[in-house]
Amino acid sequence: MSAFSIDKWEKLFHNIGPFFHGFGVTLYIVLFALLLSLVLGVVFGVMSAGYNKVLRGISRVYVEFFQNTPLLVQIFFLYNALPYMNINLSAVTIGILGVGVYHGAYMSEVVRTGIESVPKGQEEAAISQGFTYTQIMKNIVLPQALKNMLPPLTNIAANLIKNTSILAVIAGGDLMYQADSFASTTLAYGPAYVVVGIMYFIICFPLSRLSGYLEEKFGEKPNPKDYSELLASYKIGEEESK
Amino acid sequence: MNEFIAAFESVFTKSNLIYMFRGLGITLYVALISVLLSMVFGTILALFRSYGNKVLKGFSIAYIELFRNTPNLLWVLAIRFMIRMPKPFDAPMYSGILSFTLFTSAVMAEIVRGGLNSVPKGQFEAAYSQGFNFPRAVVHIILPQCFRSIVPSMLSQVITVIKDTSFLAQVAIEEFFNNSKWVMSAQIDSTINQTMRVFIIFGFVAVIYFIINFALSSVVRSRKKKQAA
Repeated sequence: MSAFSIDKWEKLFHNIGPFFHGFGVTLYIVLFALLLSLVLGVVFGVMSAGYNKVLRGISRVYVEFFQNTPLLVQIFFLYNALPYMNINLSAVTIGILGVGVYHGAYMSEVVRTGIESVPKGQEEAAISQGFTYTQIMKNIVLPQALKNMLPPLTNIAANLIKNTSILAVIAGGDLMYQADSFASTTLAYGPAYVVVGIMYFIICFPLSRLSGYLEEKFGEKPNPKDYSELLASYKIGEEESK
Repeated sequence: MNEFIAAFESVFTKSNLIYMFRGLGITLYVALISVLLSMVFGTILALFRSYGNKVLKGFSIAYIELFRNTPNLLWVLAIRFMIRMPKPFDAPMYSGILSFTLFTSAVMAEIVRGGLNSVPKGQFEAAYSQGFNFPRAVVHIILPQCFRSIVPSMLSQVITVIKDTSFLAQVAIEEFFNNSKWVMSAQIDSTINQTMRVFIIFGFVAVIYFIINFALSSVVRSRKKKQAA
């Protein structure tokens, strides 16, 4: 296990500063990218669940394009191609923009399916009471859709955190980049990767626990102790559920 | 316009195209093998987690949580730089396959677990009543129903793997994006507009990935619709 020898660990602990700095940069990027992706997700999600064909089309194109091309290619485009048009973004801006817009597409799909899961009657009832479309979305549909949306949204948030590691490839100054540059200068790959692994785990684990908890709370998992589930699986007592 | 045609022709020479499409072949090969392997390992992990004894269940949970909460790129780098692959698999591509298999297995395990949860408990009881033992009930009754319900999620994961194989460009594995970047940075004579070249290549890369993944995601959508109906 020379990859994890004592002197390599010593090197690491003498140079632990950049790791914490990278940790901070990653958190900073995550925070703003998450906000951006939530805003984009709600806007495009509501658009694609709406009635306007043009808006629906725009939202479809946005979702399909960003979901079907690699994030790495998008990031490299911002980093390598835009300077040719005299647009120079800092690596952190590229991170927030690239990661935010990419995950916004995923959020948008979650918001759309969430809205579609709310029974149509809710919207019709609200229309009959004179609500406008925006009011219906804000006050009636989205709050009800929220419980279906939360578990997948936290999942996407965890993916977003992991995907900020891509910024390492454009010298983004984030956690992964610090580990990579430390490892390639000192050759202490083992300790470097273990430490960043732990750091990412610290950020992601609470979120994935939260997503599991929300799924259990709101999801439709059959509970083996629930007698009615068992009856339902034998099609007994079906009249009552109608 | 002439500038554009000159740039276009400098990108899509025969040798460049061969080089890029050979990369695409490696991309698809890595994705396919990784997905197939991780479907097998993922199913085993999910069975451990759902029906295993304490040790197997603990192992499976630890494995899944470890890989689900750390970035894929970390594993790509760590395995490429730290693990020497044994002889028949010492081509760089195989370290990519290993890292993607390890990572994707955890995701597949969660997908399969969701599928197992969706199979009603009565199916087990019915199978037992017909004299099936546990392994046979799982193989013949539970898993087929489970897989049918998770085809869309699995295909979505295939899309993710195809996109993420672009990470391998970072560790000099000759996949599609890596080779395209090489074409981009190749020396060309100064009469050709480099800006156009870069945009053409990025456009080409995006279009190729898009065609493959859009085709897959269309399948996902139609399967989902069929299941909902």
